[in-house]
Amino acid sequence: MSDQEERISETTRLGLEIVKEAEEDRLMTLSVGPQHPGSGHFRFTVKVDGDYIVDCDPDPGYVHRGEEKMCEYRNFIQNIPHLERPVIHDSSNITYSYSLAVEELVKIDVPRRAQFIRAIASELNRQVYTLYWLAIYGIFLGHSTMFMWPTGDRELLIDLLEALTGARVTHAYNIPGGVRNDIPYGFKDRCLRQVSYFEGRLKEYEDIFYNNPLLRQRTEGVAVLTKEDAIKLGVTGSVLRASGVPYDIRKAEPYDIYDEIDFNVQYMKTCDSFARAYVPLLDMRESCHIIRQLLDKMPESGEVRAKLQPNPKGPPGEAYRRVESGRGALGYYIVSDGTPRPYRVKISVGSFRNLLALPHLLVGSKLGDMPSVYWSLNYWPVEADR
Amino acid sequence: MSKSNGSPSGNDKGDVASIVASNNDLPTTSVEQGETGSSIASKPSSSSAVQLKSEKTDLPQFERGIVDGLVSKFGNSIKIIYIKPLRIKIEVPPKDIVEVASHIRDESGFDHAESVSATDYPKTGDIEVIYHLGSYTRENLSSHILALSTRTDRDNARLPSLIKVFKSVEYHERESFEMVGVYFDNHPRNDRFLLPEDWADIPPLRKEFRIKGR
Repeated sequence: MSDQEERISETTRLGLEIVKEAEEDRLMTLSVGPQHPGSGHFRFTVKVDGDYIVDCDPDPGYVHRGEEKMCEYRNFIQNIPHLERPVIHDSSNITYSYSLAVEELVKIDVPRRAQFIRAIASELNRQVYTLYWLAIYGIFLGHSTMFMWPTGDRELLIDLLEALTGARVTHAYNIPGGVRNDIPYGFKDRCLRQVSYFEGRLKEYEDIFYNNPLLRQRTEGVAVLTKEDAIKLGVTGSVLRASGVPYDIRKAEPYDIYDEIDFNVQYMKTCDSFARAYVPLLDMRESCHIIRQLLDKMPESGEVRAKLQPNPKGPPGEAYRRVESGRGALGYYIVSDGTPRPYRVKISVGSFRNLLALPHLLVGSKLGDMPSVYWSLNYWPVEADR
Repeated sequence: MSKSNGSPSGNDKGDVASIVASNNDLPTTSVEQGETGSSIASKPSSSSAVQLKSEKTDLPQFERGIVDGLVSKFGNSIKIIYIKPLRIKIEVPPKDIVEVASHIRDESGFDHAESVSATDYPKTGDIEVIYHLGSYTRENLSSHILALSTRTDRDNARLPSLIKVFKSVEYHERESFEMVGVYFDNHPRNDRFLLPEDWADIPPLRKEFRIKGR
C-alpha cells in the first residue's frame, strides 16, 4: 500500500519535473550588451517567454575601475581628478559631495562666493548630463532628431563650462575649499544669454519629442513603478520623483547656498516610463531658473578658494555628505584615520541604486519595451561600476 | 518581533576598540540648523504630507529623541557612537541587528538604505558594516541619515542580511560581499557582481590587498 503510494508520488514528482523542463524549454535567454546598450558597457540577460520578459539578471562591472580602492592611495586633493571619471558628463557634481565631505572632515570654511560658483558649475553640469542622457533616449526610441538637438545644444553649455573651468568635460573644478579659479570676465552675461536660449529650446524639445505620438505610445503606461515600490527599492533622482515622491537633496538637505534659492521640486504621479523621461526635462527648466538666481545673488567679488595646508588632514572621524546629481542623490562616506589620505571611501551613486528597479520593472514587460524602460531609469553604467 | 531582547545583550560587545568609536566627542558640523528646518517647512508640499507640526524643533534634541526611543526599547545593546545635527550613528551587535532594523523601519520611519559599506580594520581584527538609512515618507526625517553599524570578526566575517527589512540593500550587500568579503546570511546571492568572473584574489577592499606597484 505504502509502496504503491510512494510509486505514485514518485511518478507525480517526475511528471512535474518534465512539465517544468518543458516550461523552461519555452524560455529563451537573450544577452543584452555588454557592447554599449546605451552608453557605457553593461550587460544584462533576460529570459523571454514569447514576447514577455520573465526573468532579468543585471551583470554590471565591465567598467569597474576600483575608484574606492584608488582613493586610499592618494591624499584628499589628489583624489579629485580620478573621482570624476565615473561620470565625466556630470563631473562637477560627483566631486561636489566629495568636497563637502572632505570639508567636514578637515574643517574648511568655504568662501561665500565660491559656494555660488560651484553651485553654478554643478547646475550647468547637471544639464549637460541630462542632455546627453536625453539624446541617447531619443536614439533608443529611433528618434534621431532628438539625438541631434540635445547633442548640439549641449555644446553651448560645454562652451560655457570650458570658459569657466578650462576643460570641456573633466573639469576638476569643485575642490575642497571652493573652486579652482574665479569666473572669467563677461561670464555672467554669456551665461544668462545661453540659458535664455536654452529655455526656448526646451519648449521645442517638448513639441517634437514629448508630444510625439510615437514616444507617447511607447512610454505611457509602460513599466509602472508605484510609489510604494519606489520607496521600498530605494531608488533616487528622477526615477523617484517620477513615482510621485517629491524628494530632492537640494531641498531635503540644502548644501552650501541652496537654502537661499527659491525653486520647486518637480515630480509626477503617473509613475510610468513617460514620467521618468519627462521629469528630467522639468528639472532642466527648473535648473535654468536656479542658475539665474545664482548669478543674481552671487557676490561681485571675494575669495573663491579657502587657503589649504599642503597635505590637508583632520582629526580621525567620518562623514557622509550627499548632493543631488543628474541621476539622484550622490553620497560619499569617508572615514579618516587622521592621515592626509582617506582610510575608506564609499561612493553611493544614484545609478547603482536605480539598478535595483531594472529587474523589478522588466519582469512582466514586453521585450520591445526594454530599451525605453532601461534608459528611463537614468542609469549610467560607468558610474554604477565605479 | 519577539520581546526577548535586552537581557542577553551587551555580553560580546565592549572589547572592540574602534577608530571611529573612540572619537565620538568630535565637534559637531557646521550645518545650520535653523536654515534646514525652515527650508523643509517652506517645501512646496503639494503632497498630503503636511501632518508634521513640529518643524521648528531644536534638531540635536530631535535626533536625541530618535535615539532615546531606540535605547528605551533595546537597552544597552545599542551603543551610541555619535549624535550630530542630521547624522546619527549607532552600533548594535550582529545578533540584534535584524530586530533593531525592523524597529527602525516600523517605528522610527527610516524606510530605505542609501548606502551599505564595509570597512576593514586589521588593527582591531574586525570589519565594520554600516547602513546609511534615510527616509522618503516622513518629511521631518528627509534630511537625516541614521547610520546603523555592526562589527564582525574579520577572519570569519559573517552577518545576518537586512534584505528582509530593507529591500534596497540587496546590491549593496552583494557588493560588500565581493569587495570586503562579508558573507551575509539569508541573502539570496552572495555572488560576483562588479569584479571579473575569473577573479581569484582576496577581496580587493581588504587592507592587505595592494594595488600592483604601489
